[in-house]
Amino acid sequence: MVDLAVDMGRGLVLANPVMPASGTFAEGLAKVVDLNGIGALVTKTITAELRGGNPVPRVSEVANGMLNSIGIPSKGIDHFLDETLPFYRQFSSPLIVSISAPTVDDFARAAERLNVEGVAGIEANISCPNIEEDGKAFAMRPGTTEQAVSAMRKVTELPLWAKLTPNTGDIAAVARAAEAAGADGLVVGNTILAMSVDIETMRPTLGNVMGGLSGPAVKPIMLRMTYQCARAVDIPVIGCGGIASANDAVEYLLAGARAVQVGTATFIKPGTMDEVIAGIAAYCRRKGFNRVVEMIGALNAEMMAPDVMEAAQ
Amino acid sequence: MRQHSFADVPPVADAFSAQVADTAARVVANDWVNAEYKLIVLDAPGLAATAEAGQFFNIECPVVGEDKPFFRRPMSTYAADSVSGRVAFLYKVAGAGTRGLAALEAGETTRILGPLGVGFTLPEDIGSIVVLGRGVGLATLAPLAEMARERGVAVTAIVSARGPEQVLSVERFRNAGAQVEIVLDSDGTSDIANVEAILRRLHAEGRADGFYTCGSNRLMLLMQNLAAELGIYGEVAMEQQMACGLGMCFCCVRNFNVEGEIVSKRVCWDGPVFPLAEATSW
Repeated sequence: MVDLAVDMGRGLVLANPVMPASGTFAEGLAKVVDLNGIGALVTKTITAELRGGNPVPRVSEVANGMLNSIGIPSKGIDHFLDETLPFYRQFSSPLIVSISAPTVDDFARAAERLNVEGVAGIEANISCPNIEEDGKAFAMRPGTTEQAVSAMRKVTELPLWAKLTPNTGDIAAVARAAEAAGADGLVVGNTILAMSVDIETMRPTLGNVMGGLSGPAVKPIMLRMTYQCARAVDIPVIGCGGIASANDAVEYLLAGARAVQVGTATFIKPGTMDEVIAGIAAYCRRKGFNRVVEMIGALNAEMMAPDVMEAAQ
Repeated sequence: MRQHSFADVPPVADAFSAQVADTAARVVANDWVNAEYKLIVLDAPGLAATAEAGQFFNIECPVVGEDKPFFRRPMSTYAADSVSGRVAFLYKVAGAGTRGLAALEAGETTRILGPLGVGFTLPEDIGSIVVLGRGVGLATLAPLAEMARERGVAVTAIVSARGPEQVLSVERFRNAGAQVEIVLDSDGTSDIANVEAILRRLHAEGRADGFYTCGSNRLMLLMQNLAAELGIYGEVAMEQQMACGLGMCFCCVRNFNVEGEIVSKRVCWDGPVFPLAEATSW
């Protein structure tokens, strides 16, 4: 029996390292999958205010991936606490609430309101536009990342994860800023800004023109960023991007992720997370790991011995 | 099955029991019914075959040649029989997904997720209904005719098509005991004024306590206006581009008019069947 438990710090221990990515999970999955078997539950991002979201079409498919511009529709934090939270309290899996806000102060106010029974942690979606910074996402730069995370850290004792954006030039610097500001974990990361065009209609395929790319197409990029972040910080990194199988998840764990999030794949096969959990256990057995933590960061990056390198010259 | 309220959900029992199944379904037949549409019949015992009229499935479409569909495709249930364990879908071969589906042969398998969404309802006080559909919308309405027969409700089906060769599901409606009226673009009978005249006549004859429609914005608006004028109960089955089918991705939203307020709803989760009066477009 492989021990799949992972310690995420600040008292949060997950029964296994697999959870949904925010925005790809909602109550509906409980009709198909036993949510008690998932390592953690991560809500769709909620905002303090009511938001309608972006115009349709909100999604299009590209080669091995999904392009979306949903626009964070939200019924607001009051609705979440009154109507949604009671549903999730039925399940034993810890609930991580994803929040977003347009300003640093709004992030802090939202985080403060989640100090309620049934919320096990906060995932700060700092990949959204910051209105104080002319629409640039908080996580595009270390300074704004530090400001947002610090403000939330002051108002909550809950485990606080920062969800980073790949749309930045130096993700390791952003990761270090989030850690220095008091984040307990990093989710690496959100979707990659992208677009596609319908050549028959000569229009963009998304109503919002540009959107976020996810799915298998982004996995090598997100895996690289997960590896860079895991080397840059001491807090847990949660790998996210294109995980559709246990083998995908194993790549992330070997590269240093302490946990993984499954996103787009759940849209195509709702039971993907169950398969990933079972497959990670099978991999551990095959490789002789008694505990999943033994394989975290076990990547052997020395591809070629020095004498071979010399011989090739 | 009308509400998705979680307010009074009981605690989850120790043994998990799925309400929606992701089923590996075996193809029994996959045949052309006319130049554009195919009918696929699948062996899918268990939960899948319990689908109600108006519910849908998210269907995995195989990769064939240049066609590499990434998402599953939502399709309304054409037939579901819990006794035989078979489900069937009538689909127009139009894009990468449906071309892949069309390539499936008997004996092969594909995965179907369902039953999904909220289906049609027949209020207790209704003795007769009119179903009005066009194109693949007729596939959605056909199971409603059978549901009505089981409930002792009389059905008139108005089948709209471009020409005689595009007419769909007439035998299916007749086998369910429905009176069928065919209206065509080719002879001008599908003209909105003529369809309106038919609907008014059916109402005058006492054959239209309920209006049900799918497949055309023009026909939906006609039924919506008439239903409001004549005080007739109505429902519409909607379509929208989807990814997950389970209310998670928020791709399939549409605007609805709920008591004068424009409200965004998810077609997969809040529908696909909605009150006719709430629809703002098909």
